Formats: sequence, C-alpha cells, structure tokens
Amino acid sequence: MSILIDKNTRVMTQGMTGKVGQFHTQNCIAYANGANCFVAGVTPKKGGQNFEGVPIYDSVLEAKQQTGATVSVIYVPPPFAAAAIDEAVEADLDLVICITEGIPVHDMLKTRYKMQGKRTLLIGPNCPGLITPDELKIGIMPGHIHRKGRIGVVSRSGTLTYEAVGQLSALGLGQSSCVGIGGDPINGLKHLDVLQLFNDDPDTDAVIMVGEIGGTDEEECARWIKDHMRKPVVGFIAGITAPPGKRMGHAGAIISGGQGGAGAKLAVMEECGIHITRNPAEMGKVMKQVLRG
Amino acid sequence: MKIHEYQGKEILRQFGVPTPLGAACFSVDEAVTRARELGGAVWVVKAQIHAGGRGKGGGVKVARSLDEVRAAAQQILGMHLVTHQTGKDGQVVHRLLIEQGAAIAKEFYLGMVIDRSKQRVALLASSEGGMEIEEVAAHHPEKIHKLWIDLLHGMQDAAAAQIAKKIGIPDAAIAETVTVLQGLYRAFVEKDAMLAEINPLVLTTDNHVIALDAKFNFDSNALYRHPEVVAYRDLDEEDAAEIEASKFDLSYISLDGDIGCLVNGAGLAMATMDIIKLYGGSPANFLDVGGGATKEKVTEAFKLMLKNPNLKAILVNIFGGIMKCDVIAEGVVAAAREVHLAVPLVVRLEGTNVDLGKKILAESGLPIISGSDMADAAEKVVAAARNK
Repeated sequence: MSILIDKNTRVMTQGMTGKVGQFHTQNCIAYANGANCFVAGVTPKKGGQNFEGVPIYDSVLEAKQQTGATVSVIYVPPPFAAAAIDEAVEADLDLVICITEGIPVHDMLKTRYKMQGKRTLLIGPNCPGLITPDELKIGIMPGHIHRKGRIGVVSRSGTLTYEAVGQLSALGLGQSSCVGIGGDPINGLKHLDVLQLFNDDPDTDAVIMVGEIGGTDEEECARWIKDHMRKPVVGFIAGITAPPGKRMGHAGAIISGGQGGAGAKLAVMEECGIHITRNPAEMGKVMKQVLRG
Repeated sequence: MKIHEYQGKEILRQFGVPTPLGAACFSVDEAVTRARELGGAVWVVKAQIHAGGRGKGGGVKVARSLDEVRAAAQQILGMHLVTHQTGKDGQVVHRLLIEQGAAIAKEFYLGMVIDRSKQRVALLASSEGGMEIEEVAAHHPEKIHKLWIDLLHGMQDAAAAQIAKKIGIPDAAIAETVTVLQGLYRAFVEKDAMLAEINPLVLTTDNHVIALDAKFNFDSNALYRHPEVVAYRDLDEEDAAEIEASKFDLSYISLDGDIGCLVNGAGLAMATMDIIKLYGGSPANFLDVGGGATKEKVTEAFKLMLKNPNLKAILVNIFGGIMKCDVIAEGVVAAAREVHLAVPLVVRLEGTNVDLGKKILAESGLPIISGSDMADAAEKVVAAARNK
C-alpha cells in the first residue's frame, strides 16, 4: 500500500498541451505504471485532440466521465491556476495536485473558501507533486532517485525532498510515498494531514518530515504527533540562518511578526518527541539510527 | 513589495480612510513650500523609507514654524536613518512627507494579515497603538483582538463596531472607525496585499479617527494585475544585488557572511546556508537559480556573487531533477572562465546525469573542488574560505 496514489490511480493533466505540461506528462507516463495511469488531458477548446495517444477533453468533468480519472495534476499558468483547481473541485475529483508556482495568495484564499464542505483533497500549489515509487509518479520529481520501501517523506520544498529521498535510497531505505506539499502560505494538505495518512498506512514504518521557516504548520503537526503518532518521525527545518522579514524564495518562507523561525519550530518538534537534526546532510542517517532502535 | 507611507495613505484615502493633510517632498525648499500651502501651526516632517522604527531613529520631527520645518527637513533629507529594521548602515532618506499635526487624544493599532492556519484574512486590533505589535503580543497578548473575516460577507458593520468597542474607541467615533475598518479591508483585498497596517490610528481630541501611518506589503505574485502598485516601486529602497537578480529571474538575498551559495530550489538553498553555518562558516547570500537554469543564468549568478567584496569562496549545491547535472556543470565551467574566478569554488552535484556532470568539471582543467555530498562540500568550502 501507500498513501493517496498507487498503480491503480487514474490521472488527468490540466494544462497538458503547454510546454511544461507536455514535458512532465511524458516523464510521468514513462515512469513505472504511468502509461496505464495517465488517461486524459484537459485543455479548453482542444477537446478531441490527443497528446502522445492521451485523449484531450474540454473540461475536467468530461474527462472524468469519459475516462474514470479521479485525480488531476495542474500545470496551468499562475493567473488561471486557481480557476483550474476550482473546476476540479466542482467535478468532485478525489485529489488535485497543483504544481503551478506563483498563484496570487488572494486567489488561493478564494479557492480554499470554495473548497469548504467539498471532499476533494488538494496538494500544493507550488509543489513538486507526489510519488509512490515503482507504481506512479505525479509531478516533477526525478523518478530514478526513489526506491520502493517503507519510509514516508513529506516536505514543503522540492529539491530538499529529493535530498532526503537521495539520502534514504543511498542507505538502502526505500520509500512508501513521498509528498511535496508546497511552499505557498495558503495551500491544501498540510504536514499534519499527510502525517495522519502515513500513520494509518500499514506499509509505512517511519516518516521524514521536512519543514521550513514561515507559519506554524510544523508546530501544529508536532503537537499532533506527540499525542497520536505511532511511528517514529525524523524532522528537519530549513532556514536557521534566514533573516527575519525576507521572503526566502518560496512565498511562504518568511519569518514575520516574530513567528515562523526555524529555531522555535525545532524546539517544539524536539519537545514533541520528533527525532530532529539540524544537519540537512544527516536526515537519512538519523532515520537509519532511529530504525535500529 | 513594500511602498512608502505617503503612497500607502494615497491608497487608504481611495478607500475612504481619513489621513492628515500632507504632501510628499524631495527637497528642503519643496518641504517649506508644501508646509506653507498646507497651512496650520504645527507640522510633522517624516522620513520616507521602507523600514519601520523611523521615529526612534530620528526620522520624524514636529515643527512649530516654517523655520523649524526647514531645519527638520535639512536634518532628515540625506541622513542615514538607522532603525531596528535597516541594519547598521541605515537607509539614506530621499523623500519626506510633510503633514499637518493632529491633536491626539489616544493611539490605536489596526493590522490586516493573512492567517495561514485559518486560511482567512484576519484583522488585528489593539488599544496599544504607536508601538510595535510584536512587542504588544509578547507582553500584553490579551490586548490584541482578532477578527477573522468571512470572504463572502466581508467586513460587516456589527463585527467592525464590536471590535472598535473592544479596543476602547468611544461611542462618538465608532461609526468613523467602522468606515476605516471596512476601507482597510477592501484595500487589502482589492490591491492583493499581504500586510496592511495603520499604526497608529489616532483618536483626535474632537473624537475623529485618522490614520497617522500606513504600511503595505503586496503579493509580488499578483503585481501583474496592479500596474498602479508597481508604479509605487522605489528602487532606492531595494538591495542593488536583489534588483539585478530579479532581472534574470534569480531569487537572491544578500547576507553578511563570506561564502557565496548557488543552489537550485528555495528549501535546499536555505538548507545549504544552514549547513555552512553548522560547519563554522557564514553564508554571503541566498541564491535559488530555480528549476530551469541555463548557462547564461548560472553566469549571471556568479557575477552577482562576485560583486560582494567580502566573498571568500563559493559553494554550488545542485540536486538535479528536471535540471540536468551536465547542463549545470557546463554552466559552472563557462561562468568560472568568463568571470576569471579567483576565489575557491566547491561544487556538489547529485541527481540526473551526475556522472556526466562530474566528468565535465574534472576535465575542465579548472581548480574546482568536488564535494561528494552536502556535508563534505560544506566542510570543504568553510575550510577554503578560512584559508583565503
């Protein structure tokens, strides 16, 4: 098993005909069971065409009805990406993964408002996507660094997730699923939501949680872990050296109003029983030690 | 993106929020002329820089005659204003705001932010105006009142009046305060702000409310639909290296250390700074070249880092995903040659096409130090900077 996606998931790509959408859809189709999983693309006014054999539909609803796809991945440009999420939510999909970086925060506030009471889950925006190794990759991560196994990975950052995965794979520790939740301040699933899924997944033994400065998600997650998590968690927070008030690349990575500093996050995580490391080169090593007991 | 106080007040007035009568000035003579035009007996001369804490730093002066206006303007214009937000060198003052003085009975705080965990716009209001809200939060958290605003209904009369009462606005000024709160909220939403602050909002001795200061920070991802906000941009207030970086779509932030970092991805870039510090060094910058770095982008990134006179060594840390290591390696070699690199360069490559990338570096004939992983690379760059 795994969380959120596996080899039986059926996926559509919103924005498949753009340069970015084409490139990543090709890579995802080429990975493991991707050729069976990617069944549709959505681009308004291009319905009836196809891309590398994958049929294109005018709307998410039509793609869902025609192919049975219940998951969508979005590469639509920022000014239109929030509306693309809205469309997927309206079509009552199970899961939407929004890769797009640079969506205005107020657009995401409106989208999240409309999602209240809906069952569709959102990952991202501004995220690398998620992967269940050897089964299905939905997103922009390099598939070849992953190994199938029993460690869950959840992170706000793309390349830092690859770093964690690379360290695990090098030590012979495979991954059950790896989820990039994204670097924006207003987003879908948080660390806490993903940790809950890993906790309930019989094929996940332990989790690496990678956070960064900004907000209080990691602290809230740590408190939940203390009371509910039955599996060991290794944690790292990027941005110990980040100056306050500066946006460090990600829209959400900013220490503001005295909140969101890495030191405070690490302290709360440590208090809550998370095996923290301050060295980003040792996430895998710490996991190996924890598993040895 | 930040703007000046006088620009923020222009926006507030468009949304019905009263501010003192005032004018922006760029010279001493202009300041005196404007003060005369404004009339009255008391003026306030305020330095316009993007940092907070201007009053404490000597950037705000009260004048009771046109001669005093002239003296204050002479003092403030061109000064290196040092506040807790500017760093030790301060910020040179190029603009002033001259305003009529207000008869202040009491000061309040109003702030509008995006609450990430509630995923709503939140209003913060406090009876403790005129001081940093962080300080109030630390010492008197009970004096900060919060209101989460429902997107569909906006800032409603009853909720606004209730929070005005909570912070101690007298009955006579409640209606005006409701107008201020609704204007502030509309400005926040319609202009795509991340932060909007009126600190202080003052109650005058005749029971009117006026925004005595205005602070805005806008979502840079939404500037494409706000040319009127972009027009407020003041490049004098921004770091020269960061402006240069933005031209090449590089995310760059100057820091005060001596080890330059070139990394792909914001999270890994921060982690790279952290590990340099952990191994006893100090990062000179944050630099994310993004997912689609080309040879040209890498060369520009090297040029940017080398403009820093404190630079002693450079660490390139790339985890190639979409970005292939051989492309990056070619970029690094070309950049090192073009800029005649004279500081030690440590490169750590991992991910897609890593072997090809390493081969390109090794065969370049350049004195590039190879890092086998992040820890090894950090150790080597810290040692190289120390020996420089």
